[in-house]
Amino acid sequence: MTSLHNTSHMLSLSELLAQCQQGLEANFVLMSLFGRTAHPDEKAGVIVTAVLLQPGTPGLTPRVLRGYAEPGQRYPSLTSQFPAAQIYERELWEQTGLQPEGHPWLKPVRYEGARQGQMGDYPFYKVRGAEVHEVGVGPIHAGVIEPGHFRFMCHGEQVHHLEIQLGYQHRGVEALLLARHAPERRTPIVESIVGDSAVAYAWAWCAALESMADQSVSVATLASRAIGLEMERLAMHLATLNGLCTDIAYLQPAATYGRLRTAVINASQRACGNRFGRGWIRPGAAKPIGDALRQDLLTTLRAFLPDFQEVNSLVCSSRSVRARFQGVGVVSSQAARDLGLSGVVARASGIALDVRAAQSDNFFATYPVPHQTQSNGDCWARMCQRMQEAEASTQWLIDRLTDPTLNLINTPDPHAPGVASAAWALQPHALCVSWVEGVRGPVMLALETDTTGKLIHAKVQDPSLVNWFGLAMALRNNEISDFPICNKSFDLSYCGNDL
Amino acid sequence: MLKSISVRKSQGTQYIADLRAAQPAGFRSKPLIADTDCKIGCQECISACPSSAILVAPVQIDLGRCVLCGDCAPVCPSNKISFSNDVRLAATNRQALIVTNAHPNIDPIKVSNELRKRFGRSLKLRSVSAGGCNGCELEINALGNVNFDLGRYGIDIVASPRHADAMVISGPITRNMVEALEICWDAMPEPKLVIAVGACAISGGVFANSNTLDRRFLEKVQPSLYVPGCPAHPLTFITGIMDLLGIDTR
Repeated sequence: MTSLHNTSHMLSLSELLAQCQQGLEANFVLMSLFGRTAHPDEKAGVIVTAVLLQPGTPGLTPRVLRGYAEPGQRYPSLTSQFPAAQIYERELWEQTGLQPEGHPWLKPVRYEGARQGQMGDYPFYKVRGAEVHEVGVGPIHAGVIEPGHFRFMCHGEQVHHLEIQLGYQHRGVEALLLARHAPERRTPIVESIVGDSAVAYAWAWCAALESMADQSVSVATLASRAIGLEMERLAMHLATLNGLCTDIAYLQPAATYGRLRTAVINASQRACGNRFGRGWIRPGAAKPIGDALRQDLLTTLRAFLPDFQEVNSLVCSSRSVRARFQGVGVVSSQAARDLGLSGVVARASGIALDVRAAQSDNFFATYPVPHQTQSNGDCWARMCQRMQEAEASTQWLIDRLTDPTLNLINTPDPHAPGVASAAWALQPHALCVSWVEGVRGPVMLALETDTTGKLIHAKVQDPSLVNWFGLAMALRNNEISDFPICNKSFDLSYCGNDL
Repeated sequence: MLKSISVRKSQGTQYIADLRAAQPAGFRSKPLIADTDCKIGCQECISACPSSAILVAPVQIDLGRCVLCGDCAPVCPSNKISFSNDVRLAATNRQALIVTNAHPNIDPIKVSNELRKRFGRSLKLRSVSAGGCNGCELEINALGNVNFDLGRYGIDIVASPRHADAMVISGPITRNMVEALEICWDAMPEPKLVIAVGACAISGGVFANSNTLDRRFLEKVQPSLYVPGCPAHPLTFITGIMDLLGIDTR
C-alpha cells in the first residue's frame, strides 16, 4: 500500500499534535510519527510527519499530517495520554532534538548520532526494596541471535519490570539510503535493513519509488512479489516455531520445523537465486515464474503442507506444551491497543490489523489471504497465530500457483539486460508512505523529495519498533525463566529497531 | 506417541552426506568473469554495485565486498559477468577473495596442521552479531539443523565465550557493539581464532561507508577464515571450516 502526498501543506507542530490527539481519541491508530531536520533551502527547524490510520474501513487511506517545529522546540508529550506514542516521541527526540515534556520514558531508542558508543550510559529504572534484585542479560546472548540488553528487576522469582536496551545493531541505514547510488539501484541495501524480511522491505521500497515516478507494474509483477512475500512469511514463521520448540526443549518438532524451513527457503532460492528472497524484487521488476518453476514451487508446497499440519498437530496436542505456553506472557487486547502494537503480536491479542487486508491498490485486495486472530495474547496464542498464518499462506500460495488465469511470466526479470538501466524522475515535493505486511507486521518506508525530485529523507520503520515495549510489558509478573519463550513468541527484530 | 512416530517417519533422512559435493540449485554464488573486452570507458558494473566490490580494466570482483546481488550482470553491455552456484568461496587470505578472468577460482584452503591438531575433532564456536541483519545469523543457526548437521564433526555453537575456540563475527561491527565484542574476545581462552562471516564482517559490505562502524578490532586480530556471501551460505561456511581443519579430506 502506498500513499503519495504533496509536501507543500504544512501545519504548525501544535496544530499537528492537536489533530493527532483528535485522531487518537477517535480510535485512529498512530502508524508513525517522525521528523527530519530542515534542509538548507528550507527554514531552519524540524519537519514532523504523523501518519494515522482508521482501522476497520476497507481500502484504508492513511491520514498524513505535516508540521513545522522550531529547532529544539518543547511540546506537551502525547505519551502520558496515549502510550502508543512513546517510542515515536523518543525517536523524534533522539533524531531531531524536539523535547516532549512530561514523557515518562524519555530514553535513547538506538544511540545514534552523537550518542553512538555510549551504550554504558543507559538510564535504567531502579526497583528498590528488601530482597529486590536485578539480572542483566546481553548484549551477547547464549544462542546465535542479534544483540540487545535485557535487565530484569525482580523480587524473588517474580519479574516486576523488564527494561530492554537496544541500539547495538545501529548501522545508519536511513542515511545510507540517500547516499551514492541512484535510488533505483539501492534495493540491495534495502534488502539488508532486516535480512529476514528482505522481500517485504524491497517491495515497500520499490512500490514507493514506482509511486513517486508514476510507474505502473503489471499484475504478474505484483503476483510474483506477493508470492515472494508469502514464501518469506512462511519461512520466518517456521524459524520462530523451530525456536519456540527449542526453547522448551521439545526437540523433535524443532528439528522438523528446521527441515521444513529448509525446503521453503531452498525453493525461494530456486526462484530468485537466494534463500532469503534477495534479488526477487527490483524497481519495476520481479522474478518471472515460468511453468517449470511454478511446478517446482507447487511440488514443494504440496509436499510441505501435510507434514507441516502433522507437526503442528503434534505440538498442539501435547499437554506439556500447552501447560508451558498458556497464560504466560499475556498481552491483553486493551494493552495491545494502548501500546499501539502491530502485526502478528497484535493479532495474537485480538487486533485484526493486517495491511494486506487493507490494500485497495494491489494484489491482496483481489486475492485476499484469510487471516485469523487469537484472543488470549499469551505465548500459546502467538504460537497458534503463527501456525495459522503460515498455513493460510501455504494454501494461498498453492491456490495462486494452480490458478491457470494468473499470469506469472509477464514481469520484467530484475536480472535481465535493460531492466535496471532506466533512470526514473521522481515527483518533486512529494512524500510517499509505503507499507508491506512483512512477517512481523507492517514494514513502513517513507520517502521524501525536494523541489527537484531528489530524495532528501528516508524513514524506515519496522513493526518491531513499537512491539519491543509489548515484550517488556508481557513479562511483568512472570518469571525470568519465562523470558525465552516470551521473547521467541514475539520474535522481534533487533536490527529493524536499531537501523 | 503415534503422532510422534508418524512425524519421525515423514522426517526421513535429511542430512547431506557429502557436503563438499553439494550444489545448491539456483543459488547466485560465485561470479564468473568472461574473457570478452569491456566497452572503452564503461563503468556500468561499478555504478550498479551496492558495495564497491568491482574494479575494471581488467574487471575484478572482490568477494569480500560482493553481496551476490547480481545487479552488475544485466547492466554490462559486454555480458562479461555471470554467476554460478559454486559455494566454495571461503579463504584464509583476504587477497584470495578477488576473482578475475585470469584468476577465476578462490585459492583452495590449505589445511592448517596446527589448527587441525588442536581443533580437528572439536571446535567450539561463539557467534557475535555486530550489526548483522539476521541473515548471516539465521544461516549460522542453520549450520546445526538436520540438513547441514555441523555437530557431526565435533563443531558446535556454545553459549559462553569461556567455552569457545573461535569467535564467529557477523555484521559490519558497529560502534555501539564493538565494546561488547572486545569483551567477548578477551573472555575467550587461548588459543583462539576469528572467523569473519558475510560481506559485512569481511569488509563492511553495503554498510562500509557508514559513519556508524568501528572496525579497528579486525586490524588487531586477523581472521583465520573469511566466509563470503550476503548472507554466507551454510555450505560456504561448513566446507571452509572442513578444508581448514582437514576434516574428511579425501
